[in-house]
Amino acid sequence: MTPRAPAYRLTAVRHDYGTRTVLDVPALEIAAGETLGIVGPSGAGKSTLLRLLQFLERPSAGAIEFGGAPAAVPVPVTTARRVTTVFQRPFMLDRSVRDNVAFGRRLRGERADGEIDALLERLDLAALGKARARSLSGGEAQRAALARAIATGAEVLLLDEPAANLDPGHVALVETVLREQQTKGRTIVLVTHNTHEARRLATRTLFLLGGQVIELAPTAALFDAPRDPRTRAFLAGELVY
Amino acid sequence: MTGAALVIATLAGVPIGAALGLARFPGRRLVTLLLYTGMGLPPVVVGLFVYVALSRSGPMGDLGWLFTPAAMITAQTIIAFPLVAALTMSAVDGVDREMRLQVKALGATRAQLAWAVLREARIGVTAAIVAAFGGIISEVGAVMLVGGNIEGQTRVLTTAIVLYARQGDFALAMALGLVLILLALGANAVLLQLQGRSR
Repeated sequence: MTPRAPAYRLTAVRHDYGTRTVLDVPALEIAAGETLGIVGPSGAGKSTLLRLLQFLERPSAGAIEFGGAPAAVPVPVTTARRVTTVFQRPFMLDRSVRDNVAFGRRLRGERADGEIDALLERLDLAALGKARARSLSGGEAQRAALARAIATGAEVLLLDEPAANLDPGHVALVETVLREQQTKGRTIVLVTHNTHEARRLATRTLFLLGGQVIELAPTAALFDAPRDPRTRAFLAGELVY
Repeated sequence: MTGAALVIATLAGVPIGAALGLARFPGRRLVTLLLYTGMGLPPVVVGLFVYVALSRSGPMGDLGWLFTPAAMITAQTIIAFPLVAALTMSAVDGVDREMRLQVKALGATRAQLAWAVLREARIGVTAAIVAAFGGIISEVGAVMLVGGNIEGQTRVLTTAIVLYARQGDFALAMALGLVLILLALGANAVLLQLQGRSR
């Protein structure tokens, strides 16, 4: 396989809310086609990092390159459309489930009816297509949000706890669907509390704590032989601040 | 007349209200304050300003609009606009911030985002238009002042009611009042219908 250009290159990125620094990343590259797992306790800066990668916020300092070019917020819509996010609390528009799943594709002026139906089917939502999206359970909404993200065709998927509300059967389904997306060459950034999920899906995993990158390594190395004592403590389930 | 004023106020007020609800810029609070004040502006004062502006020696006297339906539409539009704009703004402002982030993250342009937010806020936006309708259909001071209550030309339900009540023809005044109430009832029925459909 020929080496591909990095999807993202972050240089000296810092993000503050008021006087509080919530993220401080001296350097980070995310390779095109890889799945980067991001683990860490609540408040570690995981969701903030995703918002920066989605170009929803401008970092307080530093530079983000995307696809080899500087990405200054606000980015052109053509750039923004190469990335999409499934948020931790999936927001369903007040329309049918099918219209929600098709929404991102429609924004691009495409209908793609066959693809939308196939995705509904794939994520076990076919029977709910006509239902109002606001009436879905948490797990159903989460699968609909993932279907909607995949349907956009964006090359980068940013996923914030995509399996948090799912029952075990649907966790396996979502992980299978994500593996399919990996084989299609999509770049995935997977934020999760669930270290097992990162272990099963991620090429490399990053441990974030207090806004700092504590450790970044191939997933097996990070889980089997963490170098930093804080990573070891986190993986052992001990509380770290 | 009321319909024309409502259409103009809606075409101007909904986009401006949506823009104010979505954008953050210096001076937004001032604009909000002005709109809220506009909502509570006594219609008769609006009528007075329009009268002065349209009177022969006024800045817009050349239009020759005074005591014509055009003058009444102008006054009603000025009364309705802050209602439509301010209530649309608060409806749009009330849409979940996460909704906007999600729609942006799905690749919406600014215009697509605005449209999607307006669609989410449609109950509030409908309420804004109906409130404006209620405000101008029941209004009497401004239309009396700038329209002149000329029979067959600028006489409307409210000004006719005033006239007939003054003349002691209470039966006719009451009947016209009933028609006015039925119109308001119809407008509210339309609102309820729209709200019901989106549930």
